[in-house]
Amino acid sequence: MIETKTPSKLEKILSSGHMAVTSECGPPRGSNPEAVTKKAELIRNHVDAINITDNQTAVTRLCSLASCIHLKMMGIEPTLQMVTRDRNRIALQSDILGAASFDIHNILCLSGDHQSFGDCPTGQNVFDLDSMQLIQTVRLMRDEGKFLGGDGIDRPPQLFVGAAANPFADPFEIRVPRLAKKVAAGVEFIQTQCIYNLDKFELWMKQVRDRGLHEKVYILAGVTPLKSAGMAKYMKNRVPGMDVPDEVVHRMSGVSKEKQAEEGINICVESIQRLKEIEGVRGFHIMAIEWEQKVPEIVERSGLFPRPKIEM
Amino acid sequence: MIVAEKKPIEEIIEEIKDYKKILIAGCNECVTVCEAGGKKEVGVLASALRMYFINNGKKMEIDEVTLERQCDHEYLEEIRNQIGQYDAVVSLACGVGVQFMAEKYRRIPIYPGVNTSFMGVTEERGVWTERCQGCGQCILARTASICPISRCAKRLLNGPCGGSTNGKCEISKDLDCAWQLIIDRLKELNRLDDYEKLLPIKDWSTERAGGPRKVVREDVRL
Repeated sequence: MIETKTPSKLEKILSSGHMAVTSECGPPRGSNPEAVTKKAELIRNHVDAINITDNQTAVTRLCSLASCIHLKMMGIEPTLQMVTRDRNRIALQSDILGAASFDIHNILCLSGDHQSFGDCPTGQNVFDLDSMQLIQTVRLMRDEGKFLGGDGIDRPPQLFVGAAANPFADPFEIRVPRLAKKVAAGVEFIQTQCIYNLDKFELWMKQVRDRGLHEKVYILAGVTPLKSAGMAKYMKNRVPGMDVPDEVVHRMSGVSKEKQAEEGINICVESIQRLKEIEGVRGFHIMAIEWEQKVPEIVERSGLFPRPKIEM
Repeated sequence: MIVAEKKPIEEIIEEIKDYKKILIAGCNECVTVCEAGGKKEVGVLASALRMYFINNGKKMEIDEVTLERQCDHEYLEEIRNQIGQYDAVVSLACGVGVQFMAEKYRRIPIYPGVNTSFMGVTEERGVWTERCQGCGQCILARTASICPISRCAKRLLNGPCGGSTNGKCEISKDLDCAWQLIIDRLKELNRLDDYEKLLPIKDWSTERAGGPRKVVREDVRL
């Protein structure tokens, strides 16, 4: 497996063979840092690192970098999510240095949802780089200590480089080649799209193993607890690239409204238990959307608590 | 070709309502093919405007002309002797034609009669779609002759993104996912392995980002 290349706690946990657990917090639509710090406080003892989303669904929010700094000041390890939608290569590299100056050690490289989904549908987008090229950029800055322009960097960033993978988007046949491409670009950990269709995920993982990719990149399986049958239907029908099988929707609608949240947690815990058995799954990324208080219960019931203590 | 759409007539009326004599100038090239600014559309617009001004009790003289092209000196010169009699011109050429006419006839206001949209094709009668954004460094050799810059909403060079569903783009069910098209064609060409070649970070300096562009060909200059 990959040697440790950064001071990232997440990297240390993964490289020492533990199952990692990460989660994420969405920043607020305002400047109150408590919106982030309170959520983080709820889950800090149950996860190894917390992703901060970058204007997710293209809705303007408190920036990911500032939110990551708030976590860092609390002694929590953040993962800076960075999308290429809003910043050109100057701004991306500049923000990477900004993160490095606060000793932020994880980054997740994404292209980002199209701005037409958000609160500024009439705005420009940038996409100077795509997610793979952002991965390459971070690796260049870290490993060679160089800017894209070729000049040297004083105190290069030490970032453990992640990206997303969606095993459920189309066309399915290139989903594994696409992961291979990200690995070739230099990605070190992957957080997957929320998994509800476990059969399809197992098929994807088999193809991942057939190409030996599970030995080149740490794969964290993404899970999101469903709060209600309505949410299950919405995810199934309205969210691009999401695969929610009918049996999951039926299971959620099969219990009374008051019991649906509990059923959602049950499904999530059962999914983690099944996913744990898949060779190549090295941890979990729990995306409890505006439901962070449930993360500790999910982690504990899935047998992932306590979290390993790592000497930093 | 350059694809354009007719501007709403209210917008044109608002620009010209204070004049007494105007010329509507069509173009026989792209805008004729996309049925936005050719001879036919000049006639339709002129009739509609005459009707409007008569109904509103305003005297307005409207003449019509359609040039072979509005992006070449020689055709624009054809109206040099008559253009002085007009208060203004509404050009139904693309934005290129409007500007070139304004550069040539400096004392006459030239108004655009169409919204210039993109470089594209006639997919079927009445349906035009984009194919090129003129990035100045063609990558079609690397993408199975399908352009992700003009056809992917995020212009991803190493797509598709996670939002591709049933061959469609995440931003609209009416829009093909460019990367689905690329992958389908790579398969047809038996070259799917090419998908795994990383496209490098692009030099956008030959695109809009590098400022207004110019091509100079010494070998063909007079």
